[in-house]
Amino acid sequence: MKRTGAQIVWECLAREGVEVVFGYPGGANLPIYDAMQDYPIHHVLTRHEQGAAHMADGYARASGRVGVALATSGPGATNLVTGIATAMMDSSPLVCITGQVASKLIGYDAFQETDVTGITLPITKHNYLVTDVHEIGHAIREAFYIARTGRPGPVLVDITKDAQQQAIDWEYDASPIRLPGYHPDRRPARKDFQQAANMISAARRPLILAGHGVLLSGAMAELKRFAEQTHTPVALTLLGLSGFPAGHPLNLGMMGMHGEAWVNHAIQEADLLLAFGMRFDDRVTGDLKTYATQARKIHIDIDPSELNKNVKVDLALVGDLRQTLAELLEFVQPCEHADWLAHIEGLKDDSLLRDIQNLPDQGHLYAAHVVFDLWRYTDGKAIVTTDVGQNQMWAAQYYRLDDPGTFISSGGLGTMGFGLPAAIGVKFARPQDEVWAIVGDGGFQMTQAELSTAAQEGIKVNVAILNNGYLGMVRQWQEFFYESRYTATPMRGPDFIKIAEAHGLTGLRVTQRPEVEPAVRQAQRTPGTVVIDFRVEQEDSVYPMVPAGADLKQMIRRPLPSPLVEPVQESI
Amino acid sequence: MYHTLVALVEDKPGVLNRVASLFRRRAFNIESLTVGHTDKDGISRMTIVVNSDATGVERLTAYLYKLVNVIQVHDLTPLSTVSRDLAMIKVSTQPENRPHIMQVVDVFRARVVDVTNHSLIVEVTGDEEKIEGLVEVLKPYGIIEMVRTGIVAMARGASPVPPLNYNGNGHIPAGQAEPPTTG
Repeated sequence: MKRTGAQIVWECLAREGVEVVFGYPGGANLPIYDAMQDYPIHHVLTRHEQGAAHMADGYARASGRVGVALATSGPGATNLVTGIATAMMDSSPLVCITGQVASKLIGYDAFQETDVTGITLPITKHNYLVTDVHEIGHAIREAFYIARTGRPGPVLVDITKDAQQQAIDWEYDASPIRLPGYHPDRRPARKDFQQAANMISAARRPLILAGHGVLLSGAMAELKRFAEQTHTPVALTLLGLSGFPAGHPLNLGMMGMHGEAWVNHAIQEADLLLAFGMRFDDRVTGDLKTYATQARKIHIDIDPSELNKNVKVDLALVGDLRQTLAELLEFVQPCEHADWLAHIEGLKDDSLLRDIQNLPDQGHLYAAHVVFDLWRYTDGKAIVTTDVGQNQMWAAQYYRLDDPGTFISSGGLGTMGFGLPAAIGVKFARPQDEVWAIVGDGGFQMTQAELSTAAQEGIKVNVAILNNGYLGMVRQWQEFFYESRYTATPMRGPDFIKIAEAHGLTGLRVTQRPEVEPAVRQAQRTPGTVVIDFRVEQEDSVYPMVPAGADLKQMIRRPLPSPLVEPVQESI
Repeated sequence: MYHTLVALVEDKPGVLNRVASLFRRRAFNIESLTVGHTDKDGISRMTIVVNSDATGVERLTAYLYKLVNVIQVHDLTPLSTVSRDLAMIKVSTQPENRPHIMQVVDVFRARVVDVTNHSLIVEVTGDEEKIEGLVEVLKPYGIIEMVRTGIVAMARGASPVPPLNYNGNGHIPAGQAEPPTTG
């Protein structure tokens, strides 16, 4: 059948089961857009290509499917870059399809020409430059296959305009994909399972470190069985949140820089760390020289390059986490660690006294209160996306997540402006769910133009702006490490109610804690997207905090009535 | 220490860039890199010399395998190998010192491939030390320009080198743990 390259693109997307794409048209992808109307795929016109990439990312994380973003050549493609890098760091499966100038113009600095495959080479799992219409079908099929298998990640396909325009006789090739250098399916050897089981039964103070891999491989049930069968407490990374129910008695909470104090202490005292689908990021380990020195370590990950990268481990198992845990469970004996769990309970010490939720109400509206109340009034059932910084950490600390895949945040790259577009993408993936973007006033302004996308699409998300008039996390570092010199962090924002209203949406403002519930309720009742401007305490900080590169036990804690903050040097 | 890695890669546009970019991205210095066709259609062979410790090479191997176009990676360093570099050296000559130079060329089993009244081009093949030895001896005569191909290497013996398959627990040779397959 005669097909143009552009039609082949859509044909392939339809065959992959794609229902929605996020994108922005331009000169070099006009043929693709022109062919779009013949296919049953919904296109979401974003206001910036970065928004398209984040929406596709949010869609992918909430659906477990591949997210698709489209952009034109040159600036269109370069605007995708932040979103692609975000997806790369967080192992999110994306396929980005960019238009490229005609093949005869490549290399001549044509209008809107840029070396997109060159630019995205280090931030994609793989990428393709397609100049021949015959190659489009293969490239797109391979792109989807690579994006979703093994450790997921973004794949970019850059297609020249002439390849989009040419017509050929074409049939969809459904034969198995063969890539001689790509082997995503790996399984550990039998002897490694036995060795792991021996190490587990020998441990007295074991601790599971569960990461994003739990969610990516769908290992929630296996993790729960493993934790229960071996009576081992579970600490979560930021992106591991929601992979193990917050309400489970073996759930300790989040680890790392802004993790719970007792979790970081427990890591330092453990005699066995079971790292499941996590990568020992520096925000999780602190100083590597003093990290968990008493613990033997077993690391399960699907990506061999993550093993022994940051932390030298005693046993590394390469494989899909769900499958590997299921097999490992056949080897491990039931264990009992009541003493260890009791000890960890003791490590909580005065943590509850320091918790802002338990501090006397002074009439101030704290961001942490807003998040906590949001959790209460949404019954903990919303899907939460975040920006990056204090808003993200408070969301992680106080929105307690029981259901898998309900916390969507830019962890590795730490991308401000992620929250709103990601929330829109999430809503397309899970239209029945309540979606809240918890963002700061700084990050929100980076991508607030996507409110216009939400309005045009008639899509309902709720945006909670934790508005403290500062770039809060940077201000916090300035307070702790730069003698409170607040350089370039105070930020005067716009009237967010008017911003919402200018888009035909609803804006609300909250300045007192009693106003939180009515505002949340009103947002829930309102059919369209609602923006709530929470005017929170301006100079509050996220506690505890392990300064970058410091020992995990060296935490800055929220002060009790007497000052407890010890001066610590910043290293990174 | 110096490690000599051999990578079998798909012969496609941009693969050299992907490999070179990976070294830059992960902050490894390439001492030498050569690439050429193999006896198999569609597969090129790269010989990469890198200065790193064993842990670094393990990481590098794992990263190389993450490149979709990389099929196999070998580390020849611990093996008995034949390695060769080829250099062409243009030396300035005078009628009176030309015989001396020719003698030196003979001693090094090099060849003269071009002669003018005031210069000659010496072609020499060998391992790095041999080439550096010849360069040292020729320097006093005046080296006008010089070019080297970089190292190519191959393990001795009848069988091909087993590929490394980094699985986080060190290198495992072929046959013991699902190595990537060729072709």
